Amino acid sequence: MTTESTALYDVPGPSARRRHLLYGVASTAVILALAGWILYLLFDTGQFTSAKWSPFLYEGIQELLLRGLGNTLKAFACASVLSLALGAVLACGRLSDHRVLRWASTLFVEFFRAMPVLVMIFFVFVALKVQPLPALVTGLTLYNGSVLAEVFRTGVHSVARGQGEAAYALGMRKTQVMTHVLVPQAVRAMLPAIISQLVVALKDTSLGFLITYEEFLHAGKLIASNLDYDLPFIPVVLVISPIYIGMCMLLSWFATWVARRERRDPRAKAVDVAPAGGGGPPPGGR
Amino acid sequence: MDVLTDNFSLYGKGFLGTVELTVYASALALVLGFVMASFRVAPVGSFRVFGTVWVTVLRNTPLTLLFFAVMLGLPRFGLVLPFELFAVLALGCYTSAFVCEVLRSGINTVPRGQGEAARSLGMTFAQTLGTVVLPQAFRSVIPPIGSTLIALAKNSAIAGAFSVTELLGTYKTLSELGYNIVWTFVWIAVGYLIITLTISALFHVMEKRWGVAR
Repeated sequence: MTTESTALYDVPGPSARRRHLLYGVASTAVILALAGWILYLLFDTGQFTSAKWSPFLYEGIQELLLRGLGNTLKAFACASVLSLALGAVLACGRLSDHRVLRWASTLFVEFFRAMPVLVMIFFVFVALKVQPLPALVTGLTLYNGSVLAEVFRTGVHSVARGQGEAAYALGMRKTQVMTHVLVPQAVRAMLPAIISQLVVALKDTSLGFLITYEEFLHAGKLIASNLDYDLPFIPVVLVISPIYIGMCMLLSWFATWVARRERRDPRAKAVDVAPAGGGGPPPGGR
Repeated sequence: MDVLTDNFSLYGKGFLGTVELTVYASALALVLGFVMASFRVAPVGSFRVFGTVWVTVLRNTPLTLLFFAVMLGLPRFGLVLPFELFAVLALGCYTSAFVCEVLRSGINTVPRGQGEAARSLGMTFAQTLGTVVLPQAFRSVIPPIGSTLIALAKNSAIAGAFSVTELLGTYKTLSELGYNIVWTFVWIAVGYLIITLTISALFHVMEKRWGVAR
């Protein structure tokens, strides 16, 4: 499929197709050999001994993991709700008619987009001496709220100009134009990008691990450093990462699905629906 | 103010650590991203699958988890390297997935007709790629590559928490020395702003020079 949609290749003829098949078989063999080698390394270093996997049979440890997962989801829920709210407020500021308000929110957004999230989280945690959860949520909210403000603003600007002009011509005030005409369409257009940004927030909740918030990774660390089970580090990673990556992937796929749906929707006709960024676009602070 | 002047060498060391980490990891990310992008547009199916899996998995991995697995996991296989190298490896692999996507969408912005026209003029595959497709793709990927590398510079802060010398890690020493914690963080923030704004300016210049609006 890709071969047909780019400027790179001609449609392959019979001999080229045969050659590609040969390359395909050879490279599959190489990749499988690589996977086999990794599996061999795992066996060789004794990662599949029953002693290392036995902790997962205990109810207490399962509960510990589930509690960690719950804490991760709690931080994600708080951070996403708050950052959507902050994003909305900042977007209002940036789209305001008052110069002072506009400049203030621009400064705020640009500063927090250019800062590493971790610096903010550490600042709140160390300098303001708050608990890990509020520190994590504050840091995530400030960063993702600023990015979402830009997303909202781009969305409002992406609505076809005639829409706003028509609404003003009907005698609507700016607030009415925004709430009845521009914002509903903008949200429709930006929904995939918003969900992609929430994927970033979900991934970044793992930063809580670094400020001793008792989230999923922290629970894993506790199990992994247990001498009774022969330091089951690799088993812990093998259990934790599929769950973590799976959650993020589900949310990413949801974003892609929404994007495809919105693009077909006649109500999103006057806007360009933003593509879903998969794991979220790395937004640059500039 | 005297937090900075008293500890200039400490800040300098952290700052250079972050810059070093950013430069090496960017180089790795660009090379690996290029390889993965060529895998993803290759005519051979298994390469495409490999590239797609690489990108999908890494883009959905929390960077902290990746650091956790690389820093503490690889030594279990008898692979003992300095922490800096592990950090470069983790950051580079993570960012390569984003670079790959940027490059791939850059190649996809080149209209099909361009390649068809080049081939109908009798150009070989290498000529088509080198003189027609890639130069056009390059122009459109400059700004997104810039923001990817800025994100990488910001992500390098995580390495500090895994005992690699870099800018954010300096706060620990300074707070033990009893300096005002707020000012410590202000100067750390300034350091990061310098790095991100420099990358931003660099790519702005490159875009002015080579980027063409299409």
